[in-house]
Amino acid sequence: MTVPHDRSEADIALRVKAIESLLVEKGIVDSAALDTIIETYEHKVGPHIGAQIVAKAWVDAAFKQRLLADGTSAIAELGLTGFSSEHMVVVENTPEVHNLIVCTLCSCYPWAILGLPPTWYKSFAYRSRAVIEPRSVLAEFGLAIPETVEVRVWDSNADLRYLVLPERPAGTENLSEAELATLVTRNAMIGTAKVPPPNSPTPLAA
Amino acid sequence: MNGPHDMGGMHGLGPIPIEANEPVFHSEWEAKVFAMSFATFGNFFPVDETRHASELMPPGDYLSSSYYERWLYALELLLAKHNLLSEAEIKARMTQLDQSDP
Repeated sequence: MTVPHDRSEADIALRVKAIESLLVEKGIVDSAALDTIIETYEHKVGPHIGAQIVAKAWVDAAFKQRLLADGTSAIAELGLTGFSSEHMVVVENTPEVHNLIVCTLCSCYPWAILGLPPTWYKSFAYRSRAVIEPRSVLAEFGLAIPETVEVRVWDSNADLRYLVLPERPAGTENLSEAELATLVTRNAMIGTAKVPPPNSPTPLAA
Repeated sequence: MNGPHDMGGMHGLGPIPIEANEPVFHSEWEAKVFAMSFATFGNFFPVDETRHASELMPPGDYLSSSYYERWLYALELLLAKHNLLSEAEIKARMTQLDQSDP
């Protein structure tokens, strides 16, 4: 039951194939169900869902108020609640406060809202450093937060997940809610980026 | 449990590995480990038990494994614990697959 350090990718792949064939044979999992799960997380669930929530909050002040007061209920209003996002707290970025989300214990993340987390979010480096040197971590993402801005770091857990409500960029006054949603990146909703103004270059690993 | 998973504030773990245009899964086996774990969550063991299982990984292994290797460890541990699949069965099937698919 131990994982030898010298196990190669090919060994792991073979081992996983063996487990899959046995579980299917025993009727513990269904092949088609596995494909559906993979398809869902590769193509259907992703940051575009969180982007809808952010755009709605940008154009609808009453919704924004409800979202910040009780994220779980406001997200349920939009019918966007889902697995691993049952209890949500939404934190707002302002000119005075920048929020950053981490899960130091494992990699808790609002799957239904942002999809599966990127490797960096799951990395030991991010998990260990986000809580002690968030500004250095943000600098590695190319984001310099001035000393006058407070950085708040939120440590997720098994039952409670966070979402950052980023600041609406300047120059977007005439955009529709749907157009606004296309500007919102995954990293902006974790707090490792800001939402860029329209037509700006794509940020690093957004 | 005070294990290596309690990483907040730990020093020396290096720069953040940022990958541009990262795929959801980096290989077929990662996708399958995720899907098999997801499919068994709730049906056979609760999610909290899967998390606890990955925290039972020996610290040296935990720190030298990738994310989905840790999931695989938890999945195997729980399948064995609940008498759904044994290590001997896995080994035998690996040998069989290896011979039939050179």
